[in-house]
Amino acid sequence: MQEDADQHRETEVAPALIAVHPAQQSIAVAVGSDLRVFNLHEGYPAKLVDDSEEHNANTNVHKHSIRAIRYGAKGNLFVSAGDDKLVKIWKTDSWRCTSTVLSEKRVSAVAISNDGLYVCFADKFGVVYVVDVEELSKQSSTNKKGVPILAHYCSIITRLEFSPDGRFIISADRDFKIRVTVFPRNPLNGTHEIQSFCLGHTEFVSSLAFVRSLDHPQAFLVSGGGDSTVRLWDFTTGCLLDTCAVGEHEGFLQSNGKEDESSLPAVTDVCTSHDGSLVAVAIQSLAGIMLLSCNLSAKTLSIIKVISVSEENFIPTSIGSSSTERLLWMVMGASSLNSSDSTCVARVRVLSGFSGSNMESVEHETLILDDKDVPGGEVTLEKLQGSLLIEKQAFNAAAEAVKTAMRNLLIKKQYTEERREYRKRGRNDKKTI
Amino acid sequence: MLEQECNANANPTFSKSTGLPRKRFYRARAHSNPLSDSHFPIPIAPSEVDYTIHYPQIFPTCGEVQDSKKIEFADIGCGFGGLLIGLSILFPETLMIGMELRDKVTEYVKERILALRTTNPGQYQNVSVVRTNSMKYIPNFFRKGQLKKMFFLFPDPHFKEKNHRRRVISLQLLDEYAYVLAVGGIIYTITDVEELGEWMKSCLERHPLFEALSAAELQDDPVVKLLSTATEEGQKVARNGGQTYQAVYRRISGYQQ
Repeated sequence: MQEDADQHRETEVAPALIAVHPAQQSIAVAVGSDLRVFNLHEGYPAKLVDDSEEHNANTNVHKHSIRAIRYGAKGNLFVSAGDDKLVKIWKTDSWRCTSTVLSEKRVSAVAISNDGLYVCFADKFGVVYVVDVEELSKQSSTNKKGVPILAHYCSIITRLEFSPDGRFIISADRDFKIRVTVFPRNPLNGTHEIQSFCLGHTEFVSSLAFVRSLDHPQAFLVSGGGDSTVRLWDFTTGCLLDTCAVGEHEGFLQSNGKEDESSLPAVTDVCTSHDGSLVAVAIQSLAGIMLLSCNLSAKTLSIIKVISVSEENFIPTSIGSSSTERLLWMVMGASSLNSSDSTCVARVRVLSGFSGSNMESVEHETLILDDKDVPGGEVTLEKLQGSLLIEKQAFNAAAEAVKTAMRNLLIKKQYTEERREYRKRGRNDKKTI
Repeated sequence: MLEQECNANANPTFSKSTGLPRKRFYRARAHSNPLSDSHFPIPIAPSEVDYTIHYPQIFPTCGEVQDSKKIEFADIGCGFGGLLIGLSILFPETLMIGMELRDKVTEYVKERILALRTTNPGQYQNVSVVRTNSMKYIPNFFRKGQLKKMFFLFPDPHFKEKNHRRRVISLQLLDEYAYVLAVGGIIYTITDVEELGEWMKSCLERHPLFEALSAAELQDDPVVKLLSTATEEGQKVARNGGQTYQAVYRRISGYQQ
């Protein structure tokens, strides 16, 4: 009983999320139900305007933990969604919420089509819905709903992505599946044609990203999972090109010696540099960020190094970068464990030199920026973190919460054979004749 | 998996006259929750499916794998395996597999196939069975366009609306079935529950990648007759004078981008 209660409480913790505008005009951080946006372009915190009836200026725009945020490829749209079963679509010029879509279940992932016409979101039942952004903003009704287009059979969808060419919608789930589906011109009739399945992960898939470069315009897919691997895929065929076992990296094992081998640390997020040469990997309970180099002509991934943050136990929960700048934005944090604690702790760090085709530049130019050197300066951090200075104690508590929450979020509970048999003891088919 | 020696005289779970396993020793619950997390091994990808276990005579050693030959028929929720046994004779050159979620039933079919192979040397080498949740793991077993026929005979009706998402035929799951079926491949469904019959038909009708077979095509297809006669469930319905509802559809090619 106690065990179940613990489990329940831990899953209630939501890791902090970060999203970077494609041209780095603004940065968004979500911690718990709090959505914080800083306008880097003009250098001030953005004020969110939500006209929906229940909202007033003193409360957060979301009522429960936010589970997914992202910018559209063009940067003019932003979507946030989560446990309050609301999907909010924002215009990034005014930060006004243009539509609020109701979901039947909690939302676990969102995506915006590259042309900005459609928003897709996935719920806890594994169903993906689509809404037409233009049509939606014209509707006056408060009961806006999505049209179901595809489903993973009762598996939580962890990530939704549109391929860079916009032809496919890619969905990953906690059952190790990655599904690549043709996204038709009119998706409101459903997306029934499956292009491929990318199968190879042995645990949940936590994150997806694409790599491509000028020499290799055809994009490949990068995925990270609970099996402690990062994999490179040709997603149009479902062919696994390379597997990088990041959990077996030496530096990582040293920093985390007490961990038993049976539970390899899960990859929590991946992010690719805009030139397609680097993959940043956030790993559960790894203090710092791992960098992989991606060789698109040889189709390989290889570990370069782990960059850790000095004097800070910084374990990123979410990472992001723009498509123009060489900066990797990282956030660490979690929604507060007890609701009495009003402010949610989040720490934002920025890595510079996040691109570059040769090893030397990676070796010399990657650097964790000091707080004062972060774009926009300390004002940025003040907004995104909630406060500039974070008490060490609060920081460590957050680190601990993040460790357990990240894993229990998606890992499947294992029971022993004996325990399963014991629970079946009363069943008719188990009685011996 | 199938290596267990069966001695009809010594083992009471096998019938003395036919050498086949006796059903009363494989009592199973009628329903199994397809939504629960699975605890049986699942191949990570279709390339990991071990044909040597399932078809030992056709694939004698692990070393020389005949890439050309693949499973082409899948009986989803095969139950006690009546259809597979019927099909095995009708299509002796085709590899087929039954997929069943209930472990006891799967065990029965396994023993049944083994016993049939022993009593009829050279026959029934092309059938096998696997315990799995086909609603979740179909893409782990078959490549894109690998299957020629799929069977859904007398599936669990799940009457309550709350449980409709547990039905094995749904608009969303048909996407996955369409993925593993070759263009021109055929999906067979039959039930004795009118409400479910209409549900399956309407799902297939609404799906853009399936079209109904014409009456003439149904007449000419020898498999259609087996649907109501070969399975244990079908025989039970026939005994009780019940009515059945079929829906047979063909996989057609997708919309052009």
